[in-house]
Amino acid sequence: MPAPIRLRELIRTIRTARTQAEEREMIQKECAAIRSSFREEDNTYRCRNVAKLLYMHMLGYPAHFGQLECLKLIASQKFTDKRIGYLGAMLLLDERQDVHLLMTNCIKNDLNHSTQYVQGLALCTLGCMGSSEMCRDLAGEVEKLLKTSNSYLRKKAALCAVHVIRKVPELMEMFLPATKNLLSEKNHGVLHTSVVLLTEMCERSPDMLAHFRKLVPQLVRILKNLIMSGYSPEHDVSGISDPFLQVRILRLLRILGKGDDDSSEAMNDILAQVATNTETSKNVGNAILYETVLTIMDIKSESGLRVLAINILGRFLLNNDKNIRYVALTSLLKTVQTDHNAVQRHRSTIVDCLKDLDVSIKRRAMELSFALVNGNNIRGMMKELLYFLDSCDPEFKADCASGVFLAAEKYAPSKRWHIDTIMRVLTTAGSYVRDDSVPNLIQLITNSVEMHAYTVQRLYKALLDDISQQPLVQVASWCIGEYGDLLISGQCEEEEPIQVTEDEVLDVLEGLLVSNLSSPVTRGYSLTAIMKLSTRFSSVNRIKKVVSIYGSSIDVELQQRAVEYNALFKKYDHMRPALLERMPIMEKTASNGPTEIVQTNGEAEPSVVEPKHPPPVGQPASQGNDLLDLLGGNDVPVIPTTMPTKPASAGGELLDLLGDLSLGLSLMAFYLFDLSKTVNFLSIGIPPMTAYNKNGLKIDFTFERANPNPNVAVITIHASNSTEADMTDFVFQAAVPKTFQLQLLSPSSNVVPALNQGTVTQVIRVLNQQKQQLRMRIKLTYIHKGSAVQDLAEVNNFPPQSWQ
Amino acid sequence: MQFMLLFSRQGKLRLQKWYVPLSDKEKKKITRELVQTVLARKPKMCSFLEWRDLKIVYKRYASLYFCCAIEDQDNELITLEIIHRYVELLDKYFGSVCELDIIFNFEKAYFILDEFLLGGEAQETSKKNVLKAIEQADLLQEIKTLMVYQKKYM
Repeated sequence: MPAPIRLRELIRTIRTARTQAEEREMIQKECAAIRSSFREEDNTYRCRNVAKLLYMHMLGYPAHFGQLECLKLIASQKFTDKRIGYLGAMLLLDERQDVHLLMTNCIKNDLNHSTQYVQGLALCTLGCMGSSEMCRDLAGEVEKLLKTSNSYLRKKAALCAVHVIRKVPELMEMFLPATKNLLSEKNHGVLHTSVVLLTEMCERSPDMLAHFRKLVPQLVRILKNLIMSGYSPEHDVSGISDPFLQVRILRLLRILGKGDDDSSEAMNDILAQVATNTETSKNVGNAILYETVLTIMDIKSESGLRVLAINILGRFLLNNDKNIRYVALTSLLKTVQTDHNAVQRHRSTIVDCLKDLDVSIKRRAMELSFALVNGNNIRGMMKELLYFLDSCDPEFKADCASGVFLAAEKYAPSKRWHIDTIMRVLTTAGSYVRDDSVPNLIQLITNSVEMHAYTVQRLYKALLDDISQQPLVQVASWCIGEYGDLLISGQCEEEEPIQVTEDEVLDVLEGLLVSNLSSPVTRGYSLTAIMKLSTRFSSVNRIKKVVSIYGSSIDVELQQRAVEYNALFKKYDHMRPALLERMPIMEKTASNGPTEIVQTNGEAEPSVVEPKHPPPVGQPASQGNDLLDLLGGNDVPVIPTTMPTKPASAGGELLDLLGDLSLGLSLMAFYLFDLSKTVNFLSIGIPPMTAYNKNGLKIDFTFERANPNPNVAVITIHASNSTEADMTDFVFQAAVPKTFQLQLLSPSSNVVPALNQGTVTQVIRVLNQQKQQLRMRIKLTYIHKGSAVQDLAEVNNFPPQSWQ
Repeated sequence: MQFMLLFSRQGKLRLQKWYVPLSDKEKKKITRELVQTVLARKPKMCSFLEWRDLKIVYKRYASLYFCCAIEDQDNELITLEIIHRYVELLDKYFGSVCELDIIFNFEKAYFILDEFLLGGEAQETSKKNVLKAIEQADLLQEIKTLMVYQKKYM
C-alpha cells in the first residue's frame, strides 16, 4: 500500500476544489484511504492520518472514526504522536463521547512522565476538557504538580486545578495546602495562574474568601512592584509591565475587598496610585484602568476614590476609541444606582453617545439615559430621547418608547407636557409601541380631565395624517368615542380649536372600519367609538346604519359587537344613554390591571370588552345568592353580613357595581348578549302592578315572559319619585325564596328625579322552575333631602300569570 | 473564556478552541450564527457585542477574524490584549504570519495557543517563554523515541 499522502499535500489538494461537491468527493476518497489505513493498524502513519482527519473535521466533515486512533496516539512513545493525539482528543474526544474516559490512564501516566513537555500536554488536555470523573481520578496528580518547583508545570497545574474545581467543586479543599506559597513565586506565569486559582476559590466559597483575605497585603505589594519597577522587556506591553497580571490582581482584590472595611482600606492607596499613574494612550493602559474602576466601585472605598473612578469613566466617554466608550457606558450603567449624582455630571456626554454610529454604544447610552432621568432634567432629557426615538433603528424603538412612557409617567412636569410626549411617541414610533401601552395610555388620558378637549383634538388631527400605526389609531378611536362632543364643540383651551363636524368625525371612524390598514382590534375600537357617539352626536341615524351593517360582518368580534349595539338601539334604547356615558376616572389597579380585567371579562362573555375597566365582579348567577344572604327571605336563613352600610354601597361590592353605571358597556353588554339569546320580548299581557308606594317613592313592576324559556319571568321595575327633592344614590335590591333564582340587571340610573320627572328602570329576571307562587322581598336605599333612607318591603301581590 | 474562533472573511473556520463541553451540533450552530453576526458588523463598530448571554470580543487581523466569547466578569479590554498577544506569538513563530500559514499549519497554531492559554485563561504572560516552550517541543519531535520510565525510578 502506498504511503498515505502528507497533510500539507492533502490541504493543497482540497483547496483546489472548485465546488462543494468536488471537495466532498476528495474528502470521501481520502477518508476511505484513512479508514483502511486505520484498519491495518499502521503505526508509522497513524499520526499523519489523524492530522489529516482533524483538518477535514475543521471543514465540517465527520471524524468520529478517528477517536480510538487518538487514544492510540496518546499512548505512543513518540512525542509527535502524543502531540497530535492530544490535539485530536481535545477536538474529538470531549466528555460527551463514550470513549472519553479511556484517556484517563494515559493522562495519568503522562502526568508523571519524565519529560515536562509531555506532562504539559497531559495537564493541558485535562485542564481544557476533562470530565468530572476524570478530574476526580486525577485530582491527586494535579495537586502534586501544584507543589512542584518546576514553574513550567506549576503554572499549568494551577489552571488545571481551576478546571477540576469547576467540574468537581467538592475537591476544592484538597488544593488549599498547595496554595500556601504560590504568591511567593517570582515567575509571572505561576503568579498569574495562581491568582486565577485563588480567584476561583474565593468566588466559590465564603470560607476560602475569608481565609485568603490575609493575602491582601502581599497582593498589594506585587502590584506595587509591577507599577514601580522599571522596564522589564520580558513582560512589557507598551510601557506597562505585565498588564495581564495587573488586571488579575485587581480583580482578586475586588473580590477580597468587597464588604470588608479593613481589606478595602489596605488597598486604597494602591488603587489610587494605579488610577492616577497608568498611561492611558493605549488600550492596555485603559484595560488596567477599567479593572481598577470596577474594583473601586465594588469595594468599600472612600468617596474621594469613588469620584476619581467616575471621573475616569467620564474621560473614557470622551475617548476616540469606541471600545473605551463602550466599556465606560457599561460601567456607568452598573454604578448609576449607587453613585447617581456623580454619574449625573456626565449626563451630557452620555446623551451625546445616543448619536454614536455603533449599535452597542447606542443601546448602552439609551439605557443609561433612562436611568439618569429625574424631575429636574426631564424636559431636556426627553427632548433628546424623543429625537433618538425618531432616528434610531427599529430594534430600539419598542424599548425606547416604553422607557419614554415610564419616565414621562414618573416625572411629567405637567399634564399637557405628558400628553404631548405621548402624542409624539405615538406619531413617530406608533407601530413599535407595546400592546400594553394602549390601555395604560387610555387610563392616563381619562384621568387628565382638563386635557380631554386638547387630547382628542390632537389625536383627531394625527388620525387625519396617518392611520397606519395601530396603537395610535386605537387610542385615538377610544378618545374620539369618549370625547367626541368636545371635539365638535370647538372648545379647546390649550390650542387653537379646530372646526369639525359630526359627519367628518364619523367619516374618519368609518374610514378606520373599512381600511386595510386597520387590525381587527382597531376595528373593534372604532365601532365602539362610533356607538358611543350616538349619545354625544345628533346623527344617530347614521350611526344606527353603520352599526346595523356590521351586524353581518365576517369578523366575528365585530359582528358580535354590532349585534349587541343594534339590540341596544332597538330594545334597550332607554338604557343607551346611561350605558354609553362618559367613563369615570379609573383607579390605577395593580400593574397587571388590564390583564386582570380582560381575563375576568373573558370568563363571562368576551363581547364588548373595553380595554380598561375597574374589575367587575363575578357571574350573574351569584347575585341572587348574595341578595338572599343579605335580605334573608322567608325560607332562607338570615346570614348576617359584614358589609359596610354606607348608603351607596349598602348591598356590598356587587350591588355597588350594579349601581355604578360607569361599569357601562362590558357588564351591560354581557347581559344584553345573554338576553338576546334567550329573550323574546313579546309582551304577553301580564298586567303591571305596584310593588311599593311609600314616602313618595313608587315602584311599579311590568312583566314579560321569557321565550323560549317560559319559566323565566322578566320584571322591569319603574321607580318614580313624587316628592320635591331628588332621590339620589338610589339602590334597589330584591331577594326571592330558595326555590327561585334571581338575576338583577343594571339600573338605568341611581337618581330618581323629583316630581315624577323621570323613572329609574331596572330589569329583574326570575327563574321559577317549580312554578311556585312568586314572592319577593325588596330593599330600597337612597338619599333624600340630605338624609339616608332605607326601607324593606315584601311584595306578595304578583299577578298569577307571572308565575304560572 | 468559553471559546475562541478564527475565521476568514468568507466565513471559513480556521481554528476552533472550545473550553466548554458542547455537542458537535451545538458547536456548529454557534459557529454559524456567530460568524454571520460578526461578519455583518461594519468596520467602524466597536469590538464588543452582546450575544446570547455572552460577551463577544472580536478583532480582524488582515483576512482573519479572531473572536472570543467571554463571561460577564471578564475584562473586555484585556481580552483584546490576549488576542493581540496570540497574534504576536503566531507572527514571531511563522515570521510575518498570514492566513495561509494558519491554514497549512493549523496544528502548530493549536500548539501555540495551548502554550499560551489553558482552560480559557492565560498560563504564561511572557512572550519569550511561550516561544521557548514551543521551540523545545518542536525539537522533541525530532527524537525518534522517548525514554519511558516513571518518575519514581529517577
